[in-house]
Amino acid sequence: MLGYLARRLAMTIPTLLLVAVAVFTLVRLIPGDPVQVMLGDNADAAQAAQLRAQLGLDEAFPLQFLHWLGKVATGDLGHSITNDLAVLPLILERFQVSAVIVLVAVAAATCIAVPAGLIAAWKQNSALDLAVIGSATLLLSIPSFWLGLLLLLLFGLKLKWLPVIGYVPFSENFWQAAVFMLLPIVTLTVLEIGVLTRMARAASIEVLRLEYVTHARAKGVPEWLVLGRHVLPNAFAPTWTLIGLVLGHLLGGIAVIETVFTLPGLGRLLVDSIFARDYPVVQGCLLFTAVIYVVVNLIVDLCYPLFDPRVAVA
Amino acid sequence: MKWRANTVIGGALTALALGTALTAAFWTPFDPLRVNLGARLQPPSSLYWLGTDEFGRDVLSRVMAGAGTSVVVALLTVALAVSVGVVVGGVAGYLRGWTDRIIMAVNDALLAFPGILLALAMMIVLGANKSGLVLALGLAYIPSVARVVRGTVLSIREKEYIEASRVIGNSELYSMVRHVLPNAVAPVAVLATSMFGWVLLAESALSFLGLGVPPPAPTWGNMLAASRPYMETAAWLSIAPGVCIALTLLGINLLGDSLRDRLDPRMAHG
Repeated sequence: MLGYLARRLAMTIPTLLLVAVAVFTLVRLIPGDPVQVMLGDNADAAQAAQLRAQLGLDEAFPLQFLHWLGKVATGDLGHSITNDLAVLPLILERFQVSAVIVLVAVAAATCIAVPAGLIAAWKQNSALDLAVIGSATLLLSIPSFWLGLLLLLLFGLKLKWLPVIGYVPFSENFWQAAVFMLLPIVTLTVLEIGVLTRMARAASIEVLRLEYVTHARAKGVPEWLVLGRHVLPNAFAPTWTLIGLVLGHLLGGIAVIETVFTLPGLGRLLVDSIFARDYPVVQGCLLFTAVIYVVVNLIVDLCYPLFDPRVAVA
Repeated sequence: MKWRANTVIGGALTALALGTALTAAFWTPFDPLRVNLGARLQPPSSLYWLGTDEFGRDVLSRVMAGAGTSVVVALLTVALAVSVGVVVGGVAGYLRGWTDRIIMAVNDALLAFPGILLALAMMIVLGANKSGLVLALGLAYIPSVARVVRGTVLSIREKEYIEASRVIGNSELYSMVRHVLPNAVAPVAVLATSMFGWVLLAESALSFLGLGVPPPAPTWGNMLAASRPYMETAAWLSIAPGVCIALTLLGINLLGDSLRDRLDPRMAHG
């Protein structure tokens, strides 16, 4: 088990380093002189030189990278060009909004999708299975921003049950915050049910075919116990891996949902900074999201032996 | 039985999208870009089947033209990702050793970004236009193809018939192209089908955010974005492009499922 932990942790370091290189290079690839772009046309030479020095752009590329990496390691992601705020606290503040939506949505989707997939697999090729897999495939095909718009149209504008625009932080008023978060969370939950149900069903079908399931049934173990005790834990392992990918995918795609519901999350911060050409924030957001993605998948992998102890031994 | 229904429905929906895209290249009921302020925000009627938008442009014509843009972007992107991915994955799997390790380390680092985020980041460098979009999305999806091809090459290159091909004097390159790579066709075909769907979705998401194909050229994503202020008064503006994206994706997903069931029959029948 410790060996598995150590191996998996060691694998993360080169990935994180390469992620840092990728983000750093990407921002340097932006056509034109970033300083010129940031300051606009009417900046004087002294201002440009000052910003160039401040951004470390007057050094050789590898040196620039090392200096930047050193700062990143201490949590210094620089300052926003538009409002001079430190990038990391800004990102962390916005991340809270995105994290709540994504975590609650994935948890809710898992609670619905895993039993649905298991039951569909159990009744494979029945009308119930067809209904489950059909709905899951349909959900998979609906773009998040469109579903969001439709829900907003129905519950916000037509029925007037929920607010259309706005946001209250959880620290201010929990219930009001929950009301504003409800529609975005429901939108993502509904969509993720599609992906996770299909995975849970496929995994359950594989497990149901194994000999030990037949053996348990032959022993006279009640069917609910076969499913709950023997099939579910093993079928859950591959689904669990997918949950890591889904979390990352959602964090990457959260910008559209935050745009639909006008929420001040991390995705919106990234898109707004792209439009504002606020490169330190763009760089910070990309790096932060990639690191979160790597860390989430690391946690998922580290928890994997809990569901499938064979992994730790292998 | 099930894959047949998947194939028929999936094939029909995909054909509908491709057919619409092709038709739009030659004909649309109205000019999708023609502004007619006298006919602003008209609900669906016998003249304007899907209504008109805030500039009086015909929504049906714009949805058709949008299909053209989306399909062209998705096809070019998948072609780019597959062709580069096959070469990169093939080289890594074939040369093994340090080349493989370095290529795969970079590959995995790129996979550490969610695809859409990588594309979003690259749009900053490449600029919001059609070719930038193809390049950004293509680059974002190359790592997935490379990984699949490399896996296949690694597992096949040690097989006896490859050894036999070498023994009878075929060059390494010939054995590779003639005997190893064809094994990657099936998994890459399945991946390419799913990728077509992802790209379509990513393209509309980027256009929705204003980072895709810029207006006035219609895409389903930027039409949805433009419909937001008129949601209450002109709901048809938000319905038509969304239905188009959903139906096309459904078609591709069903087609992808039936393709996978055929190439991996274990999943199809219990």
